[in-house]
Amino acid sequence: MSNTTVRRLVRTTAVVGALALGVTACGSSDDGDGAGGGGGASSGLTPADVEAALEEGGSLTVWSWEATLPAAAQAFMDEHPNVKVNVVNAGTNKDQYTALQNAISAGSGVPDVAQIEYYALGQFTLSGALTELGSLGADQLEGTFSPGPWSAVQSGDGIYALPTDSGPMALFYNKTVFDEHGIEVPTTWEGYLEAARALHEADPDIYITNDTGEGGAATSMIWQAGGRPYTVDGTDVTIDFSDEGTTAYTDLWQQLLDEDLLAPITSWTDEWYQGLGDGSLATLATGAWMPPNFESGVPNAAGDWRAAPLPQWEEGANVSAENGGSSMAIPSAGKNQALAYAFVEYLNVGDGVKVRTDAGAFPATTADLNSEEFLNTEFPYFGGQKANEIFAESAANVGTGWSYLPYQVYANSIFNDTAGQAYISGTTLADGLKAWQDASIAYGKEQGFTVND
Amino acid sequence: MGTPASAVRLRTPRRPRPPHSVNRPRRSLTLTLLTGLVLVYTLVPLVWLFINATKTQGSLFDSFGLWFSGDFALWDNIGKTLSYNDGAFVRWLLNTLLYVVAGAGGATLLAVLGGYALAKFTFPGKRGVFAVIIGAVAVPGTALAIPTFLMFSQMGLTNTPWAVIIPSLISPFGLYLMWVFASEAIPTELLEAARIDGSSEIGTFFRVSLPLLAPGIVTVLLFTMVATWNNYFLPLIMIKDPDWYPLTVGLNSWKDQAATAGGEAIFNLVITGSLLTIIPLVIAFLLLQRYWQSGLSAGSVKE
Repeated sequence: MSNTTVRRLVRTTAVVGALALGVTACGSSDDGDGAGGGGGASSGLTPADVEAALEEGGSLTVWSWEATLPAAAQAFMDEHPNVKVNVVNAGTNKDQYTALQNAISAGSGVPDVAQIEYYALGQFTLSGALTELGSLGADQLEGTFSPGPWSAVQSGDGIYALPTDSGPMALFYNKTVFDEHGIEVPTTWEGYLEAARALHEADPDIYITNDTGEGGAATSMIWQAGGRPYTVDGTDVTIDFSDEGTTAYTDLWQQLLDEDLLAPITSWTDEWYQGLGDGSLATLATGAWMPPNFESGVPNAAGDWRAAPLPQWEEGANVSAENGGSSMAIPSAGKNQALAYAFVEYLNVGDGVKVRTDAGAFPATTADLNSEEFLNTEFPYFGGQKANEIFAESAANVGTGWSYLPYQVYANSIFNDTAGQAYISGTTLADGLKAWQDASIAYGKEQGFTVND
Repeated sequence: MGTPASAVRLRTPRRPRPPHSVNRPRRSLTLTLLTGLVLVYTLVPLVWLFINATKTQGSLFDSFGLWFSGDFALWDNIGKTLSYNDGAFVRWLLNTLLYVVAGAGGATLLAVLGGYALAKFTFPGKRGVFAVIIGAVAVPGTALAIPTFLMFSQMGLTNTPWAVIIPSLISPFGLYLMWVFASEAIPTELLEAARIDGSSEIGTFFRVSLPLLAPGIVTVLLFTMVATWNNYFLPLIMIKDPDWYPLTVGLNSWKDQAATAGGEAIFNLVITGSLLTIIPLVIAFLLLQRYWQSGLSAGSVKE
């Protein structure tokens, strides 16, 4: 992989604008062939510069839609009165990525710190959009974070962001609904299918869960089932949705689809919140960041919901996966990178972690995940359940070796046009995933990646 | 025996009255029903908005949408809406007012000046101007949003209030309306008389024409005001800094908050905010509508 190719990629990126490309965050090209490190600019700054920047003070613009951030920023400012942190909600997930990419292309209005989810991080590294944080002190943080998030922020030999939170998956279920119909909470996916039938039989208004086809949810399920459809080495990409794990997922989900056991409701809509509130959606297999969403979104359902370990593909197994989770990165075009790092470190390793977890965020730091205080936290919403025990165990059992595409944001955006057909027509989910694969391969080739060769 | 007198009285021919007149319009059951249906259709969203602004976030999702439920939380919701996120709503309200005063006000001013000039003066190329204006009325603003964005981006004006105000200044429809109105409402003889009396053109405009144009101005003002107040797409693409959002974009960003991990769902504040957002428009309509109505009849009767 020559530097010219990388430059060509970078140029393409500038044209594409909203859909920047990059080496995947989870890429593991240890051979350091130049592609792994991508165009990620090293700041040339040292921890001493960070100290000096804190002394001197200044102002920072932070782009984040995360609810706990304003409080953490306030705490930081209380500690460092000569620093002004301006938290801006520039849009939620992909809206923000578009805005960020536009700002970088335009060369103006680039924030000093930006929240970027793990699945999208890869897009920004290769084009040199992000500062490499190793020399600033991030290279000392090995072991500070749980393995999944930590590998997600690395690309080649570089560290391009610090993990802010994580999303080890769990099964949230409406205990009231399950109790009312005398149905056991499933521990395997086979049992999940049976519970879905039983619930829908008992009350046709009740669905086991909702799904209208969502790339992020599907990849998380495949991840847990042991499927590894994406292989990424620098700019060499392989996409293959025909492995055993993926098949296990499609077989089961196809049955749920065929028997109309999934509510045709899109996640995060008001309809969805209504379903969570009135008991017509009985479970939700999703990331451990969900509790605050329950608390603010459907406060009246307090006491109905509980958390349980994610159902397993094999009885007695103990494998989990991540869903969501985000990091804080420092754009290369930001003005005050040393000061930005001071804030990012405070937020993700320092005292800011406590401020955020107290407000309901789910940490990515092992010390916090294993602390007695964290594990013993009782969730009044979940009837006093110590749900963090389940989440922390899930975090420790996340399946290894997962990679996202270097252009996963784009890939997820076309999920509904391809795999999503299985939800609205006679296409099978397996055929749909094949269509998604083909479209993703075609796009990758167009963008200058070597895909499936 | 019966009393034939009464029967006779019944048959007495009365002076025939016209069956329908302006004072006694024809009654039609079908028409009444249809109008009623349209009325209900129009009002239901408003009623829904009001009812649901009185609910807490929790009650929103487990109660019937068209009736009250749970605690009456309207005042609480309004308080929270105004103070949430360091009073972002108030800031957005002030932004919207700025855009409306500068944008819609400016658009009305330009439309009045231009329409008057087109109606009452002759100059070369007038037919060409007419063609351009008629063409411009047909082009939806949305179609021009992206070109406008790229242009403003080149000029470095995006993410500033100018990016919303300057495009709002152009109202082809307002200009056309003022043109037609000025032709009808201001007799050319009046202007000639003023000229003979030695009044300057500017003096004539302010002292003679402007009062005659008032109903038309109010109409155009209402149109541009509503358009600017409700404008969503233009500020959405132009402005990334929440400090400069108008209410429409700001409320949408609140709505989006519910659609993300760790985001706080505040549908109750979005609904209450929407209710608060339409109140100024409703007030403006109630206050200005009588001027508007008098303007609508201009030229309908030969004086």
